[in-house]
Parts: sequence; C-alpha cells; structure tokens
Amino acid sequence: MIAYYTPSSDKDHGTPAVHSDVLVTVTIDGVDIAVPEGTSVLRAAALAGINIPKLCASDNLEAFGSCRLCAVQVEGRRGTPAACTTPTEQGMKISTQTAKLATLRRNIMELYISDHPLDCLTCPANGDCELQDMAGVVGLREVRYGFDGENHLLEGKDQSNPYFSFDASKCIVCSRCVRACSEVQGTFALTVDGRGFDSKIAPGSSADFMSSECVSCGACVQACPTATLMEKTIIDAGQPDHSIVTTCAYCGVGCSFKAEMKGDQLVRMTPYKKGAANQGHSCVKGRFAFGYATHKDRIRHPMIRDSIEQPWREVSWEEALGFAADKIKGIQQRYGRNSVGGITSSRCTNEETYLVQKLIRAGFGNNNTDTCARVCHSPTGYGLKATMGESAGTQSFDSVMQADVIVVIGANPTDAHPVFGSQLRRRLRQGAQLIVIDPRRIDLLDTPHTAHALHLPLQPGTNVALINALAHVVVTEGLEARDFIAARCADDSYQQWRAFISDPIHAPEHVVDQTSVDPTAVREAARQYALAPNGAIYYGLGVTEHSQGSTMVMGIANLAMATGNIGREGVGVNPLRGQNNVQGSCDMGSFPHELPGYQHVSDDLARRRFEAAWGVELDNEPGLRIPNMFDAALAGHFKGLYVQGEDIAQSDPNTQHVESALRALDCLIVQDIFLNETAKFAHVLLPGSTFLEKNGTFTNAERRINRVRKVMPPLAGLEDWQVTCALSKALGYPMHYEHPSDIMAEIASLTPSFHGVSYEKLEQQGSIQWPCNERSPNGTPVMHTEDFPIGLGRFAITRFVATEERSSRRFPLLLTTGRILSQYNVGAQTRRTKNQQWHEEDLLDIHPSDAQLRGVKDGDWLGIQSRAGQTVLRARITSRIQPGVVYTTFHHPFSGANVITTDNSDWATNCPEYKVTAVQVEKVSQPSLWQQQAQDFDKQQQALKRQRARVSEV
Amino acid sequence: MTEREAISDIIDAHRHLEGSLLPILHAVQDRFGYLPPNSNRLIADALRVSEADVHGVISFYHYFRQRPPGKHAVSVCRAEACQAQGCRQLEAHIKTRLGIDFHDVTDDGQFSLEPVYCLGNCATGPTVRVNNTIYGRMSAEKVDRLFERLAVDTVRLLS
Ligand code: SF4
Ligand code: SF4
Ligand code: SF4
Ligand code: FES
Ligand code: FES
Repeated sequence: MIAYYTPSSDKDHGTPAVHSDVLVTVTIDGVDIAVPEGTSVLRAAALAGINIPKLCASDNLEAFGSCRLCAVQVEGRRGTPAACTTPTEQGMKISTQTAKLATLRRNIMELYISDHPLDCLTCPANGDCELQDMAGVVGLREVRYGFDGENHLLEGKDQSNPYFSFDASKCIVCSRCVRACSEVQGTFALTVDGRGFDSKIAPGSSADFMSSECVSCGACVQACPTATLMEKTIIDAGQPDHSIVTTCAYCGVGCSFKAEMKGDQLVRMTPYKKGAANQGHSCVKGRFAFGYATHKDRIRHPMIRDSIEQPWREVSWEEALGFAADKIKGIQQRYGRNSVGGITSSRCTNEETYLVQKLIRAGFGNNNTDTCARVCHSPTGYGLKATMGESAGTQSFDSVMQADVIVVIGANPTDAHPVFGSQLRRRLRQGAQLIVIDPRRIDLLDTPHTAHALHLPLQPGTNVALINALAHVVVTEGLEARDFIAARCADDSYQQWRAFISDPIHAPEHVVDQTSVDPTAVREAARQYALAPNGAIYYGLGVTEHSQGSTMVMGIANLAMATGNIGREGVGVNPLRGQNNVQGSCDMGSFPHELPGYQHVSDDLARRRFEAAWGVELDNEPGLRIPNMFDAALAGHFKGLYVQGEDIAQSDPNTQHVESALRALDCLIVQDIFLNETAKFAHVLLPGSTFLEKNGTFTNAERRINRVRKVMPPLAGLEDWQVTCALSKALGYPMHYEHPSDIMAEIASLTPSFHGVSYEKLEQQGSIQWPCNERSPNGTPVMHTEDFPIGLGRFAITRFVATEERSSRRFPLLLTTGRILSQYNVGAQTRRTKNQQWHEEDLLDIHPSDAQLRGVKDGDWLGIQSRAGQTVLRARITSRIQPGVVYTTFHHPFSGANVITTDNSDWATNCPEYKVTAVQVEKVSQPSLWQQQAQDFDKQQQALKRQRARVSEV
Repeated sequence: MTEREAISDIIDAHRHLEGSLLPILHAVQDRFGYLPPNSNRLIADALRVSEADVHGVISFYHYFRQRPPGKHAVSVCRAEACQAQGCRQLEAHIKTRLGIDFHDVTDDGQFSLEPVYCLGNCATGPTVRVNNTIYGRMSAEKVDRLFERLAVDTVRLLS
C-alpha cells in the first residue's frame, strides 16, 4: 500500500523569516497581527492569511523590490510602497486592496504580458506559473500595447543542461534565479546581462548553462516563477498530480524532497522546504539524478546459478530463497557455524540494515556482520567513542551558522556534501573564517564573496603530525580552555596528554619535515581556532581513510576539548558522512563487535535483552570484519556471504585480492538493484528496491532520522526488508513484521538512544535527531551539552607514526582519491543518469612540474603502478594539487582506482588507507592488463545475464 | 609581457582599493582598448567573485567593450542640443550606413559606434566624434564623405 503524505503548508511567505524577540503589531486590511520586528509587510500579510500579489519575491531570497506588484498603501504615508521591501512598524495600518492599487497592478501586469508569449495553454508551466496566477489575481483583461513593439519573443532556448531548459522568451527578468544562485547555492553563476529593456539573464559570459560555472543544483529552476527555467521531465510529462515527501538516497546530508508523481511515475524531485537538513535546497544528484530507478539495467527477477561460469536462471522468489537457504545451511553443516556471514548496506534503510544483522546474529548464529562503513567512517566511531563516548557527530548542520572559525579537514563539502557546502559558504559570506587542511586546493577555498582562507596543504599521510602540531601550539601558547577542561574532562588523561603534546617534537617548526606545511601558518591556524568565540571542525574521509585514521579522529577530539569547542551551538566535531545512511548502518549494529546502539556483544546485560527479544542465544565474541572475511575465504574456511546493497568488488581496496576472495566462495548472495561488480561473482542475485520503492528511515550525518516513503511499487515485487525476512524464514528463523514501523518499534525497545523514536513521532516532528529517549524526548540537536556519555571526556595520546606507504625511488608519487559533485561513489546509479555528461571518465590529476618531468601532456594515457597493481587513466594537468601528489576519483569500474590501493589499513578498525598509495606514473599506450581482463570478464558476465533462462519460458 | 601577465599586473596594482572592480576594468580597457576574453576569469579569481559577477558589471556599463573597437571609433552625440538639431535622424542614417547598432563593430573591423551625451560642442551640432577628432554641423552627406575618406585612408595605409 502506498501511504500518501500530503505535506502540510509549504506556502511561500514572500520574504525570509526574521528572528527578533520584539514583536510589533500592525493592521492589514483590518486584521491585526503581531510579528517579529523587521518582518516585511508582505510576510506579515501572508502570515495573516492575506495574499498580496508578488512576482520577484520568495521567502528563500532577500527582498529585491523590482516588480512593484506587491505595492500597498500605508495610512499616513504617500505613494504605494512595495510590501516586500517595507518593514512593518508598530501601529502601521496597511491596505492591500484599493481601487488605486488595482489599477496600478493591472498596468504593471499589462506591461509584463505585452512582452510575453501568449501560449499559456501549451506552455509547460501551465498550472504552475506565478505569472499566469498574477494575471488572474489582478484581473488582467486586455493588453493595450499589442505585441508588435520591441519585444523578446524570438529569443532562443538554451537546452544545454541535460535536466532543465532556459527559454529566454518567457523571462520577466525578476532575477529570482540570479539571487537563488547567489544566496541559496552560493555559486554566483548567473547575472543580469545589460540593463534597461535590453537586460536579460545570462550564465556569465558563457555561451550556455552547461559551459558556465553552473553546477546544476536546480535552485534557479525552482525559483523561477515562469516557464523560463523548467525541468525537462515536466516539459515532457506535464504537471504532477500528487506528491510525497521522502529523503534523498545519495549522500549523508539527507535532503528532504517532494517526490512529484503522475500516477506511479516520478516526474520531478523538488527539495522540500520544511526538510530540516536542507531547508528547500538540493544538489544535482538528489534533484535530478533519479532516472536510474527505471533504467533498463535494473534486475527484475531473482536469479540463481551453481557456478559463476554458468548462465543465470531466472526463478521465482521462493525458489531463489530456497536455493540460497539450502546453500547456506549446507555450508554451515560442512564448514561450521562461522563459515558464513553478511554485509549490511549504508544505502539501505535503518530497518533493513537492522534486519540483516539480526539475520546474521540470530539466523546464521554468528557475529560475522560488517558494513561498508568499515571502509569509510569506522575510525570515526572508534575515535569519538574513545574520547567523548558517542560514535557520532556532535552538531546539527544549522550549527555552522553560529561558527566563527570553521576548520575543514580532509573533506570537500562543495562536491561531496553539496547542500551543506552551500550552507557553509553562506556562513563564510557572513564573515566566518575558514581553515582548510587538505593536500588539494578544494573549491571551498575559492568561495566567491568571502575573505581569504587559510590553507594548510599537507603531505598525504601526515594528518596526525599536523593535528598534534596544532594542539602543541594551543597548549604551549596557553590557549587552552582551562575551565572547560577542569569541569568536563578527566584530569589524569588531560595531564598525561598535556605532557605528551608539550614535547617540542610536536612543534610546527619540527614537524614541517613531515607535513611540509609552513609553521607560521600552523601557528596562525591554531590561534584562530582556539581564540574564536566558536570554533567548529568538519572532517571527511581524508581523516579516516588512513593507517592512523582512528588516531586522527582522537586528535581532533583532543583539540576540540582542549579549546572548549564542544557542547553548544556553533562548535563541535562533525564527521561529514559519505553515504545517505552510513550513520544509521553503524547505529543499527552492523559491526561484528557491536549490537544495535553500539552495545558490545560481550556486554552480558545488553546481549541478554536481545536474546530475550529474538528468542535465540547470541555469540558473545566479535565476528569477522570484511578484510578478515576475505582472508578467511582465501584460507578456505569462510564459504558463504550475503551482501545487501554494497559493491565490495569495486569499492574495497586491492581489487585483485577481493576478487580472488569472492571467487573462493561457495555461495555468494547479492541483493542489489543492478548487476554490479560484486554480483558478477554471485550465485544468487536477489533484486533490490530503490529508495523510491520502500518505506523506512535513513539517518544523516547530524544523527537526524528522516522518513523514506514509498512512492512506487518495487520493481520485482518485494522491498528489501521483505526479502531479508523471506530469506530468514527460508533458513528456519521466521521474522514477523507487517511494516517497517514494526521494525523501528523493536529497535526502539532494544536501543537506549532510540527509546523515544517511533514512526508516529516522525510524522509529527518531520525528523528526529537521536539520542531520543526519556532524557530528551524530542531528540538532541547538540550533543554533550552537560556531560559526555562516559561522564568526563578523555584525552587520547596520539603519537604520529608515519605510514609504511611512503614515496620511494620506485614509487615516487603519492596517490590520493576523492569524488566529485555529479557522480556518486562507485557510480552504479549516477552513471545510469545524465550526470554522466559532467564526468564521463575518471582522470588522474597531476601537477605541472611532475607532468613536465615525465613529458606528460593533458589527456595522455598514464600507467599508474603501485605495489598492489597497475591501472591506466588519462592525465589532467592542474596545480590544484601539490608537486609529488596525484589525485583521482573512483566513480567508474574500469578505472580500477582500487586495483592500485593497497591493503594497508587503520590500526584500530581496519579502515583502508585509500588516501595514500605510493605510485609511479608513466606514459603508456593501452589499458592495463587488469583493465583488459576486467572488461573481458564484464562482457562474459553480461552475456551470461543475457542468456538467462526465464522461469516463464521453461 | 604576455597579455595574461599584463592583466595580472593591473589587478595587483588596484586590488587593494575599495571597490576595485571598476578601476581594474577601466585600466585593462585603457591598456588593450577592450577587455580581452580571459580577463573576466583572472579578475574574478583575484577578487574572489564569480565570472558571472564580473560579466554582469561589464555588461551593465556600455563603456566596456568585450571586442576590440573598430579602427575608427565613431561616437554620435545624443544629448539635448544635438537632438534639437536632428541628431536622431543622423544617428539612424549612420546605423544603416555602417550596418551596425550602438556598441557594435563592423564586420571588417573598420568602424565601431557608440552614443555619447554632449561633447561640449553644443553650439554647432549635430556633433560626431571619430577617434579624437570632433566634427560639428554633421549631415548625412558629410558623414558619408567622412566615412568614405577614412576607409580609403586605411586601404592606402595598408597597400
Ligand atoms: S542550477 Fe544552480 S548553479 Fe546552476 S545556475 Fe541554477 S542556481 Fe546556479
Ligand atoms: S529566468 Fe525566471 S527567475 Fe530568472 S529572471 Fe527570468 S523569469 Fe525570473
Ligand atoms: S546534498 Fe546529498 S542528500 Fe542532498 S540532494 Fe545532494 S546527494 Fe542528496
Ligand atoms: S514582490 Fe515586491 S517588488 Fe516584486
Ligand atoms: S549636446 Fe551634442 S555636443 Fe553637447
């Protein structure tokens, strides 16, 4: 059943809300209303339920006052001021409908319409056009000027962007698009070109949108009151007939969207104004890249085969699940209970992840469960838990609006967390100071209309040396927050740490040999952060994916505690989570050593609660982590694996090692929406459902639990949680849930930090930030305000140990990896959308001096060799990176970025050291051997999929 | 010095000024006679604004040109005194004769056309200026002859 959720009012109030404790009372058309001081007349009227006509105003943009349609009359004042730019004053008496105003408005509309095509009936905006609405509202009946004067009716269309078109003939030059691009998105790609009658909207001096600075976020399209900027899906399909609020399934920002539907067809995703994480903004992925959901490559039927050389057989759900269950049981009989395991997905819902680990712990009877967070944020969990007692970021995104100094470490928010990136840029434009610690010159450093930022371009692999140097400066220059430390931190750990960090070996002047960062810049950064009223740290995978990932996370926590930047708005330690539900998948007990809510499997009290609820006995020993599973598979005692929605063959390091481990399995069950790289090694392929096809919840990087709502039926008939239930039943451990809300109820009952969470409350509040329990029944936006879950904060000793992955004569360059805006991780989804047009292939970024040394030109094929393997990519010469460092993305399978990454990993959590690999680079003429083999294997597996025998036909 | 270096030098000489965008644009145009295509990007990066921001300002002021001016920069006065002398008709004639609108350059790069507002020659309008020479009491015929002569001069110079 599809439950329609009709969004409560997301009415446009015309101008942004103003925050003030002082209220002023005004009378509008005889209605009294009290509003915060500074509120515009337009907004006050809207709040009173009085709609003043408007065209150039919108409540996500500063008022501009150009259309004059919102003219009103104020008692005792002359003229007809614009309601959007006139602030309310105590006692004001305002009339919005008078004969004079009616004539004025009609005249204005007449002028607009005289230069506007009269093709409303065939216009794609028909039914959703503010110009049309306003013509109706003001009662426009005739246009006296005729259409033969100078006009813009023959302006051409710009169709360059794959998702929206720009039809200049319909433009009324209200500049809402320009302001949206500046104020909301922060890209400033649009401008008003020329002036007076000649003025028109232009993407700078570029020929079209696609070749301009535009990043296709869609904010301008949403802001446009006419059909000028219009989604192509709407031009093709027409206006939607209903909409359902749901959550983006791409990144950890967790934007809320209205999925706008025509029957069961999704025609548009519009960012939802009341979404607490995004407040009506979006990026190109969530907004436009949903076409993969109906792509022809989707797996539509369960498939099985005995060996990976055989063609697939399409079978019924029942047969596939029976086949899988028999194999698992057979393996366990032959090789023992611990010879099987599973991997949960950070792409699936909390409820689904919970069920997979439950199936493994209760159904398989072991703790061999792990998740893709192993390869990204496991050090965050470990490091933050050890120091502050909770495996999660401390703030809401909104908190950044109160930060004065913002430190961004190993993260690239404008590409990887774009909507948060826009918010961050907004804060920088308001004057906050930015410090970036990253080997690359990331775009954030060049944010338009901001002051110069401090960039500490360190050598990859020297994070810990640098964070120690910052802490050293804080301690030795007496910049610590003594009161905070005394009140909130354990004194013994502090004294030990203080003695450790004061050692001159941590001085910036000393570590410069390792980090190659200018010591004066380090000192400056430390002072700025420590002395700021509010200093906030944001970090990403550039922190965690290192051999000292966990150490670095603890180093960050040390620094924040030492400077008292914890426990209030505007400060904090904020991991930027990569995937939509990586926070959730960790919370839901995906790791081998932790039950849901980070309760250790050896904690008898906690484990007994789960045993009682699940009716089985649970293992009190941690199970295998992903890399251990691979090793055990190669050693021959791990034989069966259930993988839900994760492409380990592409995303895990040292691809060749992973592939041989997968080949060594007797039964690999893959549940996914596509035949991904991992599925090519599978024996059972269970069709997955996209986020559009199921109910559930995702938890974003600010611990916010958001609802995912089903807008269309699952392609293969079952939602992912139903598949896990069915597999469990086939294994002889039936689970009974009618709806994901039942699963959440079980989670809430067993997990202290989720006690207060329910679907009912989610419907009421829209979203909930955990912990949500007796202590904070509505959730917790800011953590650690009074104390830490472990009582006092603990400083950790963070000794810098250089990675073994160092540049050498043989491998003189350091490779680091990252991602870009338009593609998402392994690209299984975005590569199947028009986002391809922005990033058709992964390139190797190389500094001009390194390129010159090797005689490399832009676009040359480069062989990249590490001790793990070799691959070939095309070169892009850029000085965004420093000499000695090369950089690539990993969105395309045959790029083989992970063929070269090694199996080095974080000492505490085994999180792979993706961010540092020593390599050599040279010009070559053809793809690497691995790439050739991988393409051959791909051809073979695609053929086996095509040759599949159909149930219906046999 | 390359064009790029010259632009960078100009930017460096002005960037400390409050509202340095306009002075920089003026200086670049003074140096090259117009704003070369990659100056937008260089200026935008240096001032930490977007390319579109710079473009918006350039396109707002007719004074700035994004193409090299014609060999002969023709300005026609449109202010009051000249209007009284019929400069509007003259203006229309010049546009037809050159086949371009204001702020444009003829395809052969010979002439560019700009409006001006009073050249201080009000007593003897309509006034036209070509490069630095001011011509009063202009008529359609006089303009035609002037343009012909200028075009021939160029040909002679070239051959
Ligand atoms: S899509 Fe976004 S970035 Fe592009 S012009 Fe519109 S608002 Fe600006
Ligand atoms: S494109 Fe749309 S939003 Fe932009 S100025 Fe034109 S009508 Fe207004
Ligand atoms: S920022 Fe992240 S969550 Fe928001 S629309 Fe983009 S990909 Fe989706
Ligand atoms: S809405 Fe107020 S002037 Fe346009
Ligand atoms: S009005 Fe034309 S020169 Fe003064």
